[in-house]
Amino acid sequence: MKILKKAQAGTLESGDVLVTVKPSDTLMIEIESPVARQFGDAMERSARDVLESMGIYEGAVHLADQGALDCTLRARLHTAIHRALQDYDADVAGSL
Amino acid sequence: MKPKHRTGKVMPTLEDAIRASSLKNGMTISFHHHLRAGDYVLNDVVRACAALGFSDLTVNASAIMACHTPLLEAIREGVVTGIECNFMHAAVGHAVSQGILEQPVLFRTHGGRPAALENGTSHINVAFIAASAADAEGNCNGKEGSSAFGSIGYAMSDAEHADYVVVVTDNLMPYPLTDVSIPENLVDAVVVCDSIGDPDRIMSGTTRITRDPIGLLIADYTARAIEASGLIENGFSFQTGAGGTSLAAAAYIGERMRKRGVTGSFASGGITGLLVDLLNEGLFTSLADVQCFDREAVVSIRQNPRHVEISASRYASPEAKSAVVDRLDAVILGATEVGTDFSVNVHTDSNGMIMGGSGGHSDTAAGASLAVIAAPLVRARLPLIVDRPQTLSTPGDTIDLLVTQFGMACNPRRPDLHDRLVDAGLPVFSIEELKEKAELLTGRPRLLKNEGRVVARVNDRDGDELDVIRTVSS
Repeated sequence: MKILKKAQAGTLESGDVLVTVKPSDTLMIEIESPVARQFGDAMERSARDVLESMGIYEGAVHLADQGALDCTLRARLHTAIHRALQDYDADVAGSL
Repeated sequence: MKPKHRTGKVMPTLEDAIRASSLKNGMTISFHHHLRAGDYVLNDVVRACAALGFSDLTVNASAIMACHTPLLEAIREGVVTGIECNFMHAAVGHAVSQGILEQPVLFRTHGGRPAALENGTSHINVAFIAASAADAEGNCNGKEGSSAFGSIGYAMSDAEHADYVVVVTDNLMPYPLTDVSIPENLVDAVVVCDSIGDPDRIMSGTTRITRDPIGLLIADYTARAIEASGLIENGFSFQTGAGGTSLAAAAYIGERMRKRGVTGSFASGGITGLLVDLLNEGLFTSLADVQCFDREAVVSIRQNPRHVEISASRYASPEAKSAVVDRLDAVILGATEVGTDFSVNVHTDSNGMIMGGSGGHSDTAAGASLAVIAAPLVRARLPLIVDRPQTLSTPGDTIDLLVTQFGMACNPRRPDLHDRLVDAGLPVFSIEELKEKAELLTGRPRLLKNEGRVVARVNDRDGDELDVIRTVSS
């Protein structure tokens, strides 16, 4: 499957991660995190794992991490991709 | 009429006082940090030294705060080439970790600093003492005036041991000042300036109890553990910090004292409004105050004779004939990392960047009958418990108990305490079990090792080197 539009999930609160996915011809994963030195590799592995499980092989993924646990990271990325694939209108959702 | 002896201590500017002090390149100037994040005096003095063309000075301050970033400029210009302190805020600490100073910073403790002055291993050439009230002969205090900050305890040792003592005030009062914390016989010069600090940053309005449920749970466990230890009896003494969790623990301990009908002897350290309330309620007989953390504490130390100002030496010096910390029953402390041997890091963050210091951490841990570390087991995916902390700030054999939201771990050298905690039905684990619990949530962090040159040395309270801090490689 292909990411056709930009979508986000998560927050910038401590212990959370703000995930942004965008269309791209290649697969790109960018990680910003205060614990990048300790968990950067683990975070990238988890992100690739989630993407593969959802059949995503193209797209730009940006993780603005604030020390999220692995389960949080996986859930936020899952939701962000879900939103990017669905006919999901963030503006409408935000005004509800 | 006999001509009166006049000392002429009042000098129009800092520059005049510095000239009169015979300060020379390579010498040490000292400061105290009671004005906290609002201090102007350290920056003003360093700027004056720069303007007079001084270089190669060492700054010996009880703490380097966030407002002291102009020091970095003075370091780049070679005006300041050495720093000695008991605590260093990240705003300056990160630059030090990146290697801005050639000469390593020397970290002491709040007790180790006066001890080094007393036994002569440390020497201050010129001490600059910020005072919110002073008279023309240098009698001074921190309790009166619009820049009032309360106890001036850390500066008392500087006044006693420095070659030359300059009192800097924005509030010159008629001679003689009556409430004297540092007396005129120790003071060489008085400089009157517009303002010694930003009153809004000197004191936070009120230090508040945390509302974070994890912090409250840790506080509750801490209070229950201290009660289970059997220490909450008449004459109970304790110390805690100004953090939200520490304050909550203090409030819970107050509740337990009330319920048991116990009157404590004293609470010490940095004093907050919450401890003032416990004093006024009669739960404690007195407060031993080396530093005020909020406005309530400042008002109290000015008005209440049972709220006693103490010097850093009396507070914690191992060279003193006796010190308050050695009379402590319980102390509640924080930690950024705790080793499986209960050793504590409060100097560096998880990347090894300087962001703190011992302050009175290791002094009170060594002195108190029960030293408790109260901290969350996981912070932003980082587990609290590690095999070996990045920096050794407080030796593990002085820590008795670690309390987290997932339960507590008792130092194996305290089997008596372990049994009391278990008997009280508290969740007691081994420290290794708590470490596993954390790593189940976070995963195992990659081990970091900084192998660059030494940027800081950490001395224990007796002046022996505990550890070194190295440059952080990115």
